[in-house]
Amino acid sequence: MKKFMFVNRKAPYGTIYALESLEVVLIAATFDQDVSLVFLDDGVYELAKGQDTQGIGIKNHSKTYRALDGYDVEKLYVERESMQARGLSEDDLIVDVEVLSSVEMAALMAEQDVVLSF
Amino acid sequence: MKFGILVSEGPYTHQASDTAYQFARAAIEKGHEIQRVFFYHDGVYNATRLTEPPQDDRHVVNRWSALNAEHKVDLVVCVAAALRRGIKDEVLAPGFRISGLGQLVDSGIKADRFVTFGD
Repeated sequence: MKKFMFVNRKAPYGTIYALESLEVVLIAATFDQDVSLVFLDDGVYELAKGQDTQGIGIKNHSKTYRALDGYDVEKLYVERESMQARGLSEDDLIVDVEVLSSVEMAALMAEQDVVLSF
Repeated sequence: MKFGILVSEGPYTHQASDTAYQFARAAIEKGHEIQRVFFYHDGVYNATRLTEPPQDDRHVVNRWSALNAEHKVDLVVCVAAALRRGIKDEVLAPGFRISGLGQLVDSGIKADRFVTFGD
């Protein structure tokens, strides 16, 4: 078993990276690997509560993050500095996460076998 | 060493595909193996044979096809990303094949090192 980390750095809409990252995560979950997700930079917005995409005519995929534990993907990490810089706290997020400092995040990344950045 | 490669940007707009190609060539010259190159996001546009750059420019698509012809490098295009963007079997350049995201995860599992080229 390998440690796969998916690093999400982009806002949920505006580009397709967040959605297509989620699609890989759901596939990876079926491969019986150690999967974790990291949210940093604008990627922390992917987990923000109250997303409403009606105005831009794009599907709201944020509910999928709540379904991840059904796929046994339970390791979700958010970088504290990215969250604070954007005025967000854990209460603003749609799922339970572990909040790490950038130093702790770097240590976690160093432990991974495969890091995929989106 | 076995390398897996992910290309996640389209050709010409972005340097990712050029750098990935040069990395692959350099690795092979040093005696390493490129286990697979997986094309995702706009990276799927690297696989269309309809690509016709000006003659004084490099041909990004044909270079990948040549790498497959010379070294049997597995060039895999993500089916979901491809269908979204109008890339189908009938427009595939030689050497490319369309398959699922499982091939990306499989590459991460089988390769000794996995390298991403993107934004």
